[in-house]
Amino acid sequence: MAGIKKRSRHDKIWDTIIGIFMAIFVVVTLYPILNTLAISFNDGIDSVRGGIYIWPRVFSLQNYQTVFHNPKLTQAAFISVSRTVIATVVQVFLTAMLAYVLSRKEFIFKKSLSVIYVLTMYVNGGMIPTYVLMKDLHLTNNFLVYILPGLVAAFNMIVIRTYMNGLPDGLVESAKIDGAGDFRIFIQIILPLCKPALATVALFIAVGQWNSWFDSMLYCAQSPSLTTLQYELMKVLSAATQQGGAGTADMVKNSGSIVTSQSIRSAITIVTALPIIFLYPFLQKYFISGLTIGGVKE
Amino acid sequence: MELGVKDTKLHVKIKTKKNIIEKMKKQKTLIIMSIPFIIWVAVFCYAPLIGWLIAFQKFKPAKGIFDQTWCGLDQFKILFTDPTFFIVLRNTLCMAIINLTFSFICSIGFALLLNEVRRVLAKKFIQTVSYLPHFLSWIIVTGLVQMILSPDPGIINQILLGLHLISKPINFFADPKYFWGIVGMTNVWKEVGWGSIIYLSAITSINPDLYEAAEIDGAGRFKKMLNVTLPGIKPTIIILLIMNIGNIVNAGFEIQYILGNGLIQDVSQTVDIFVLKYGISLGNYSLATAAGIFKSLISIVLIFIANRFAKSVGEERLF
Repeated sequence: MAGIKKRSRHDKIWDTIIGIFMAIFVVVTLYPILNTLAISFNDGIDSVRGGIYIWPRVFSLQNYQTVFHNPKLTQAAFISVSRTVIATVVQVFLTAMLAYVLSRKEFIFKKSLSVIYVLTMYVNGGMIPTYVLMKDLHLTNNFLVYILPGLVAAFNMIVIRTYMNGLPDGLVESAKIDGAGDFRIFIQIILPLCKPALATVALFIAVGQWNSWFDSMLYCAQSPSLTTLQYELMKVLSAATQQGGAGTADMVKNSGSIVTSQSIRSAITIVTALPIIFLYPFLQKYFISGLTIGGVKE
Repeated sequence: MELGVKDTKLHVKIKTKKNIIEKMKKQKTLIIMSIPFIIWVAVFCYAPLIGWLIAFQKFKPAKGIFDQTWCGLDQFKILFTDPTFFIVLRNTLCMAIINLTFSFICSIGFALLLNEVRRVLAKKFIQTVSYLPHFLSWIIVTGLVQMILSPDPGIINQILLGLHLISKPINFFADPKYFWGIVGMTNVWKEVGWGSIIYLSAITSINPDLYEAAEIDGAGRFKKMLNVTLPGIKPTIIILLIMNIGNIVNAGFEIQYILGNGLIQDVSQTVDIFVLKYGISLGNYSLATAAGIFKSLISIVLIFIANRFAKSVGEERLF
């Protein structure tokens, strides 16, 4: 009896330690986001006084108005949304098509084509050769540079193919007996059955597209109408470390100094993070399932 | 006898050749479907490999890649005599090792502790929170880091001031000694939850009998965690460690690029930034490509060593 009591007391202490640790963990993870959110909704001049934690002191929408009235940022948001939507649709379809071809056990080039694609996960030309190629293909300062180079990713292909391999073989065979060709089988039978895997891959692609900025800087820096939201945020942030907020200087000036560079930065950060923070809780399960499927390599 | 064997072999050969052509005819649609993918992968994944030739030339962007002046290994000689290159190489390796160690220990520790949370709802909530930073872009994360470490003062400076550990706010971004730590901690903040998923799934496959046996032996929960759970996920830990070794030359790029400034560039610049600076900004494509190739070579060698190592400890090989 005494032993059990002692053990349950130990358990309680252990539970408390774990509880405290997890509470700290949650605070550390969420605080920076909540703090930025609070500052973005607070009056710019008032924020300079400091002391804002997770709730705005003087509520104001001025920061967001400044951001949304900046034509450069709205254009960048439009580009970000377009590239995300277009790339997701096109890439998911093509990745699934390749996965279908490579899931057909009888396909004679299955092995060689698989190896060619899997190798791309380990070998690549690097920054400069890729840049030279994009220039030669006239893809610099071209919207297509956001779509074409990443058309099919080997990892995503493996995720979809693993799912397809789990479908019963009889599906394709009976469709073939009925006289359907491979392309029709893919579109009408296999594609609708792969929805969970497609959703996972779509999310990976969409998040990657929304978050990417380096291609924008490397290939489209000279055409201001093609830059993405993340790149615009990056410019603002790196200006802040280097020259103390010069990146937002024109916005601060134009707004009649109701906003400050810090509050503008917060507002842009939140706008850029919003789609992900907002959609994330609903999509979580797809991310996780994708990770576990992808882990099962052949 | 021998002749007979040869005969059948020949026969089989002819038969398979016929078979292949017949098969190809049968699989016409599959072959047509795969043609665009062959073209795409050749152009966008394998053509850049031809671009490695740039490193052995004095590359002038106006001319085609085969009309350049060749210069052998001159670019590599320039590279290895450039003191900046060794600084960026050191920075890359040090930051990568710091990142790898920090995030490994923290992910494993976090998975072990999260496994001890007994309320299902609380566990789910903590997990959801912990994955979130993984999906935020490095740009956003860097913005958050600027905010909390700001000397304005941000929350970290406020806490340190409040505890009287410092008398005036520290400017974390102006002092080289903080930079690697900031990068390492940010990496942990962003990836610890995501990194723990794989360990948590490994924990669920540990045989429950082991816990029962430990309980009979009088082990408390802490002891069980240390003596049953941790050894139970050891194979996973080893595999992931090996898989990550090839990544040691990738210390990241975004955070160093954005937070780096003139005051701390001796510790903040990585090989990727070096390539970007020499190649794109200064137009020295050849030198930048040479640096990129050197980085890839290190990475390939490391992957092979890791693969060998995996084989020798009897773990599943990567390829």
